[in-house]
Amino acid sequence: MKRIYVNEEWCLGCRLCEYECAYANSGISDMVKALKGKTIHPRIRVEDGDGVHFAVNCRHCTEAICVKSCIAGALSRDGNGTVVIDREKCVGCFTCVTVCPFGAIMPAADGKAAQKCALCTDNVKNGVPNCVTYCPNRAIVFEER
Amino acid sequence: MKKYVIIGNSVAATHAIEGIRSVDGAGKITVVSDEPHAAYGRPLISYYLYGRIARDKMDYRSEAFYERNQVDLKLGRRAEKIDPTAKTVLLDDGETLSYDRLLVATGSRPFLPPMEGLDGVKDRFTFMTLDDALSLERALSPEKDVLIVGAGLIGLKCAEGVFDRVKSVTVVDLADRILPSILDGEGSAFVKEFLEKKGVRFLLGDSVAKFDGGTATLKSGKTVAFDLVVVAVGVRPNVELVKEAGGAVNRGIVTDSGQRTSLPDVYAAGDNCESYDVTAKQSRILAILPNAALQGECAGVNMAGGKRDFLNAAPVNAIGFFDLHVATAGSYEGECYEERTETSYKKLFYKDNMLKGFILIGNIERAGIYTSLIRNMVPLDSVDFDLLKRSPALMAFSREARRDKLARRQ
Ligand SMILES: Cc1cc2nc3c(=O)[nH]c(=O)nc-3n(C[C@H](O)[C@H](O)[C@H](O)COP(=O)(O)OP(=O)(O)OC[C@H]3O[C@@H](n4cnc5c(N)ncnc54)[C@H](O)[C@@H]3O)c2cc1C
Repeated sequence: MKRIYVNEEWCLGCRLCEYECAYANSGISDMVKALKGKTIHPRIRVEDGDGVHFAVNCRHCTEAICVKSCIAGALSRDGNGTVVIDREKCVGCFTCVTVCPFGAIMPAADGKAAQKCALCTDNVKNGVPNCVTYCPNRAIVFEER
Repeated sequence: MKKYVIIGNSVAATHAIEGIRSVDGAGKITVVSDEPHAAYGRPLISYYLYGRIARDKMDYRSEAFYERNQVDLKLGRRAEKIDPTAKTVLLDDGETLSYDRLLVATGSRPFLPPMEGLDGVKDRFTFMTLDDALSLERALSPEKDVLIVGAGLIGLKCAEGVFDRVKSVTVVDLADRILPSILDGEGSAFVKEFLEKKGVRFLLGDSVAKFDGGTATLKSGKTVAFDLVVVAVGVRPNVELVKEAGGAVNRGIVTDSGQRTSLPDVYAAGDNCESYDVTAKQSRILAILPNAALQGECAGVNMAGGKRDFLNAAPVNAIGFFDLHVATAGSYEGECYEERTETSYKKLFYKDNMLKGFILIGNIERAGIYTSLIRNMVPLDSVDFDLLKRSPALMAFSREARRDKLARRQ
C-alpha cells in the first residue's frame, strides 16, 4: 500500500503540514475560518531538534499494536491496510496512545476520543494526503515502498 | 480438516480466531461461551454506564465476524470438563465436542470474599460482565447511595460509571491507598485527591465487617448507609478446567511462549494464564486486555500450525477518571526521574541501562514511545535519555534508528 514517508534531510520544520492536516480534517471549507485563532490538533506532528526537523504521523503498521490493544475494537485495518479509528466506538481510554511506538496517535480536540492519520481517506481529500500535497520542500511523500 | 475448539469468547478468543484464520482458512472452529452475547469490549461496561458508548457499539468485532471466519458459536453454554486423552470437551448440556487443538480462554471471575450479611443485601452486584452492568444500571437512580467495596481498577471505573446517575458513591478498601496495582503511593494520592474533589468518598484502610440490610458496619466501627453495593475486590483466574485435567497451574495456567499448556494440544491465553513479564523478570498474571489479545493471537497461529512466540509481555495500563488520564507500564524499580505540576504527575523508573516503568498522570501524550523502550529493552545509552525524560520524542533516537523506524524497516 501507499504510505506517507518523511525525508528528514529536506524537512524545514515549517509546520505547514500540521496546519494542512488540521484544515483537511476540520470539516470547514474556508481555511481561514478553520484555523484562524484556533489551537490546532493535527494528526501529524513536527519534531524539532538541533538543526533537525521531521514530521511524524501514523505508520500504518502491518502488525499494529494499537489495533491489537484497543479495548473497544475501535481501531482496525481497512481493506487497503490503512489503520482507521471508529469514533463512535472509541471511548477515549488512550490505551492506543500508551502503546504506539511512534507517538502517532493522540487525544482528539475534545479529549473524549483518540485521533490518528487515516491518509486523508476520512475527509474531503478523498485519500490524497493534504500534508503531502502542500509540503513545500517535498519532505513528505506518499508512495509505495 | 483440523477441528479447533475454543472455550470462552472474549478478547483472547477473538484474537485466536483471527490467528487461526491467518494460517488455516478451512479448519472447523467451534467457540463455547457461557455469556449469551457475541464478544464485546469487556472494559466498555463502565463507559456504557458513563454514557460514553452506546450499547449497539460495544461489540468487539463487526456483526459479520463469526460468519466471515466460519465460527460455530455456541452461546450460553458452559464447558464443564476437558478429557485430554480422548481430546474432548464436555458441555453443560451433555454435548461432547472433540478437538484436534483446544484453546482455554476462560479469563477470570470476580473474587467474592465471604462477607457477613452480604447474602441479605437485595441490591448487590459484581462488575465483570455486560449483564452485570445492565442489571446494575436497572438499579441506578438519582436518590441512591452506592457503596463500592474495592478501590482497584474495576471498582473505580465502576464508581466513575455510576457517579452521575446516583446521589453518592462511597468506596471502601482494606488497602490504605487506591489503585495499588498501577500507582505508587504519591500517584495514588494524586488521583484520590482528584476523585475526592469530584465528590467520590473514600474510606481506606478499612473493610466491611458486616452488612445489615442497607447498612455496612466497618472494622473501624464506622457505619455506611447504602442502597446498593458493588463488590470489586479482585478477580480470580478461571484455571479449573485445565487443573482438573491435570495441566500445570501456578497462580494462573502455565504455558510456554507459544501459549501451549502442559497438556498435549491444549493452549491457554488471556487473563487465566501467566506470562513472562520482561520488566519484572518473572511469570505472573497480567490481567490486561492487550496481553489477552497478543496471547490469543499467538495461540491461534500456533494451533493452526504456524510458528509464533510471545516474548515481550509487560504490564501496560491506560485508564481515565472523569477525563483525568493515567498511563502506566512496566515495573517501578531502580532510579526514578520525576516531574510534578498542579495537573500532572510523571515518574520514570530506570535500571541496568533500561527504562523499566513509568507512571504518567494528567499528561499522557506519546506515552507509547516510553512503552516501546520498555518492551524492546532498548539500551538507554543508545538514545538521548535526557531528552526523553522531559518528553517522549523520536528525536531521542539516533538518526539511523529513527530513519529505520519511520521507514517501517524495523
Ligand atoms: C470493568 C472492567 C474494566 C476493565 N478495564 C480494562 C482496561 O481499561 N484496560 C485493560 O487493558 N483491561 C481492562 N480490563 C481487563 C480486560 O477486560 C481483560 O484483561 C480481558 O477481558 C481478558 O480477556 P480474556 O479473553 O482473557 O477473558 P475474559 O474477558 O475474562 O473472558 C472470558 C470468557 O470466558 C467465559 N468462560 C469462562 N469459563 C467458561 C466455561 N467453562 N465455559 C464457557 N465459557 C467460559 C467467561 O464467561 C467470559 O465470557 C477490565 C476488566 C473489567 C472487568
